[in-house]
Amino acid sequence: MQNGKVKGDRGSVLVIGAGIAGMQSALLLAETGRKVFLLEQGPAIGGYFPLLDKTFPTNSCGVCFMSPTPPAFCPIYECHLHEHIELLPYSEVLKIEGEGGDFRVSVLRKPRFVDPGRCTLCEACIKVCPVEVEREFGGGLEKRKAIYLPFPQAIPHSLVIDPKTCVRCQECVKVCAPGAIDLNMKEEQETINVGAMILGFGFEPFWAQRKGEYGFGRYANVLTSIQFERMLSTSSPTQGVPKRLSDGKRIERIAFIQCVGSRDPSCGQDHCSTICCMYATKQAMIAKERSPDLEVTFFYMDVRPMGKDYERYYERAKGEYGIEYRRCAISTIKELPGSRDLRITYVKEDGTFEEKDFDAVVLSVGFTPPQTIKDLAERMGLLLNPQGFCQTGEFNPAETSVKGIFVGGAFRGPKDIPETVVEGASAAAGAASFLSMYRPPDQKKEYPAEGAISEEVPKIGVFVCHCGEELKKYLSISNLMDEAKGMREVAHVEEVGLACLPEGLDLIKRRIGEHGLNRVVVAGCSHREIRKAMEEMAKAMGFNPYLIEYANIREQCAFVHRNDQELATEKAEVLIRMAVERARKAQPIRKGRAMVVKKGLVVGGGLSGMTVSLRLAEQGYEVHLVEKERELGGNLKEAFYTLKGSDPQALLQNLVREVEKNGMIRIYTGAEVLGFEKRNGHYRTKIRFQGVGGSTLREEKDLDHGVLILATGGKEISPKGYLYGEDSRVITQRQLEKMIHLNDENLKDFRSVVMIQCVGSRDEEHPYCSRICCGHAVKNALKLKERDPGMDVYVLYRDVRTYGFYESYYHEARGKGVIFIRYDLENRPEVTLRNGNLEVSVFDPAMGRPVTLSPDRIVLSTGIEPNDQQELAKIFGVELNSDGFFAEANPKSAPLDSVDRGKFFCGLCHSPNFIEDSISQGNAAAIRAATILSKEAVEEKAYLAYVIKRLCCGCGLCVTVCPYGARVLNEEEGKAEVIGALCQGCGSCVVACRNAASQQRNFEKDLNMAVLDAAIE
Amino acid sequence: MADFEPRIVAFLCHWCTYTGADLAGTTRQQYPPNIRIIHLMCSGAVDSIYVLKALIDGADGVLIGGCHPGDCHYQTGNYKARRRVAILKGILNQMGFTEDRIWLRWISASEGKLFADTVTKMVEELKKMGPNPMKQLWDA
Repeated sequence: MQNGKVKGDRGSVLVIGAGIAGMQSALLLAETGRKVFLLEQGPAIGGYFPLLDKTFPTNSCGVCFMSPTPPAFCPIYECHLHEHIELLPYSEVLKIEGEGGDFRVSVLRKPRFVDPGRCTLCEACIKVCPVEVEREFGGGLEKRKAIYLPFPQAIPHSLVIDPKTCVRCQECVKVCAPGAIDLNMKEEQETINVGAMILGFGFEPFWAQRKGEYGFGRYANVLTSIQFERMLSTSSPTQGVPKRLSDGKRIERIAFIQCVGSRDPSCGQDHCSTICCMYATKQAMIAKERSPDLEVTFFYMDVRPMGKDYERYYERAKGEYGIEYRRCAISTIKELPGSRDLRITYVKEDGTFEEKDFDAVVLSVGFTPPQTIKDLAERMGLLLNPQGFCQTGEFNPAETSVKGIFVGGAFRGPKDIPETVVEGASAAAGAASFLSMYRPPDQKKEYPAEGAISEEVPKIGVFVCHCGEELKKYLSISNLMDEAKGMREVAHVEEVGLACLPEGLDLIKRRIGEHGLNRVVVAGCSHREIRKAMEEMAKAMGFNPYLIEYANIREQCAFVHRNDQELATEKAEVLIRMAVERARKAQPIRKGRAMVVKKGLVVGGGLSGMTVSLRLAEQGYEVHLVEKERELGGNLKEAFYTLKGSDPQALLQNLVREVEKNGMIRIYTGAEVLGFEKRNGHYRTKIRFQGVGGSTLREEKDLDHGVLILATGGKEISPKGYLYGEDSRVITQRQLEKMIHLNDENLKDFRSVVMIQCVGSRDEEHPYCSRICCGHAVKNALKLKERDPGMDVYVLYRDVRTYGFYESYYHEARGKGVIFIRYDLENRPEVTLRNGNLEVSVFDPAMGRPVTLSPDRIVLSTGIEPNDQQELAKIFGVELNSDGFFAEANPKSAPLDSVDRGKFFCGLCHSPNFIEDSISQGNAAAIRAATILSKEAVEEKAYLAYVIKRLCCGCGLCVTVCPYGARVLNEEEGKAEVIGALCQGCGSCVVACRNAASQQRNFEKDLNMAVLDAAIE
Repeated sequence: MADFEPRIVAFLCHWCTYTGADLAGTTRQQYPPNIRIIHLMCSGAVDSIYVLKALIDGADGVLIGGCHPGDCHYQTGNYKARRRVAILKGILNQMGFTEDRIWLRWISASEGKLFADTVTKMVEELKKMGPNPMKQLWDA
């Protein structure tokens, strides 16, 4: 063990756990300029998501949208690239000293036994390794060696040796050409100084063996959902086709058993794992796509797709995919001798038994907290909730019980990716506010000035890297060198051993100087592998990095054509020729910068709008807060208590007071938005608002701002039917809540109350789930029972969606005698008047007959709809989804971002949410916005579009195709222009232009044509 | 004809398919070396001219690879590519040129295997079709 010097400072942050939440926290803080240490206990960062080929509700991946600077690669790779993130993979926290604001953390770096800097992934060692064990990735569906790559995209991108199974036979050491393996590598310890920490420990899947009755581990064809997820990946042993483990036959009949290790106090798992309904539905859909004749049956208690656009997904699974959902309880699962099929016996809602045979059964396992967390929590003084997840306050969802330690994602409770992304951001916002006194300096590295070379005749240096001899096995490097020497304007050709290592980079650097090279072609690995190192080398010597081209002769040639050296070499020659042609035409790129106006405009002064304003102000940015009503508060004014027992009115008063006294926040009430325009790097919004001192005079004002945050809220759906509005005894949950809060005298006469769920939700007019109404009903039912345990409370429901820890309140309500009766859309409850009394009749599936209830009050659990924001969406140039909520750039991993960079959403205008979710969203939007506001200037993308004015006819086609609004028509000149700060460099306008007036830097049409010529010869 | 080795020009988007092609290499998927990859930022930036020029100059097939619908890093570039290719195929059909030489495929960064399979399949199909007739016309 050795102790190095202390890294970091009090302004830096340690993020523990590099899953979705951790990576999101790290990327955001790093993008605001903070130094971030991202620690991961496993050998590669990424958490569970590399297992997921496709995610709901898009059935694609899309996780690359998570980066705060889109367009971007997968966050695993972006974390690796980011200059402010230092990865600490394969590490553990040993000890934490100090307190919030100044922690000293001892970190144990476990030995990998393979040097990531030298490993070329040639896999020679894997071939000779004699040890084969179960591969953890994918729940043990496959085998791996003791030396292995955790998964193909692993970062660090190198093999690792598992010390538990390695037999130290030294075979791998003998065959490793670059000498990357060292079995004597020792663990190291280092100390890190940070001001705050973020916990992203995530979850662990429930151990299916604990539910022995389902036969996992005993019956060959019972899989966990983790294994099935892996099987559905196109890179799995079955190539994504669902097959039986016992005999490899295609699965024709498959059962999904839901809630395995969820909603099950018998195994200590009383919470709902929230996402199993959705992930299982996704798996079923993907499986059906792979095997169209597959019969899929779900066995479930309640289906809970309560996220944004999830209900439609579920309806599609039933309608389009023909997936069958059976509400029942499993009685037994038996393996049939011989066939090894599985016979499921189950109890239907009406109490009768049925059985059905399947080829395979998938257990939708729930989530538990990480097993190792208890010990660490104790050492940190961290409080855990009864389920073992991280304890947080309802209104401080990102704060743990320890000052300066924040939390996000599944360690706070099971949740889907969008919420995890939001919470990862929310935790980052917490840390950024906490550390606001240590503002990171604008650490722009200074580089030497670059020479002006655009007019010079190209002098190209070609460097052929053989990747530590590895490529010589598949390509004739000497042939490549000879060919390259004959290419146009090539002045120097040289072989390099490992261009990525300092000695290789140094060689290239020296040759550039010696030969006066003004273009460089590196033939070797993919530019993704080497670009970072090459660009750093180039910038440090004043060489424009955009004059370096890459010929991908490793990943896209040598590695994929291993059986024919001649043809592979021929192809590599062409690839080098194409890169040389590219280099000949490439021009130096100097990115422009547009100054940032360090102010935010927040539209909407409700809960999320006030939250986002405060977070921005705490980080030192001015905020214009615009509210259409005369006072702040929004819907929060109507909330009086929460299911978890917190006081929303106290929260409201506190927030309003904080916002009003904050000198950085300028409030405009009684305001409306009149206009909005985009300028280079900032926005200008025109508003009209109520003048100060309650004057009736309306003032107009132009506000300049760098970011826009829409928090325009939503409203309770006005119920239709059920005699609402005709009989005053039919009320909404909100009205009931107010009555209970005000201790309304009518309450004491209530003997019987019927609550009707899904009023204005999950129907034709509102085909989405409003998420909060089940919790709302349970909350009010419990309050009524608390006042009068003898009161009859009935809840007529379709599915009870008390997800996560809300499940325990549902359980409590049932225990206290609240009666839940299920109804179908086809059999809605009927409300009538009989002799002046209310009467509700509904078909009770458990009894198999209609029941009639005579309540004193009927309470409608009404859904949430967005305010009418058509006009606002038009003014601000943002999209609405078909339900009228704002549409995000990507529903999975950029849930709060608009397509245009710099516009964000949070709160009810985004989707129906509980109070704590709205707070998380407010926090999250603030830190996403801060990634822009923290910079002095927005740097333009490298490959910008530009206009050759002389060719432009001003037709405006480029303006219509630009997805970012980065194209404008200069009316005076009659020519198109590009707003550099907004252009993302997609090239759409280049293709749209009929005069070749639109071009893209270093992707000019003639450049592409020259490359194409070289490709065909 | 048996020895005919088709030449394919591929235009791959930076974010998804190009990265998927890299992953095919990392995971050592094998496919025939008949393909030359041109890297562009987006499938929506593939001008019809590039495709036509490739075919006129003698490429036997053109592969355009982009992100899956909904996953385009520039929001709608892949939809633009889809529309453009549909129109282009229509024009080629009218000229008596088989549209099957142009393949538009959605291949994500995690689908290295799919990329390798796509190239393998395309080479097989093109071998069945024979050389690009436009090339013979030119040579004559």
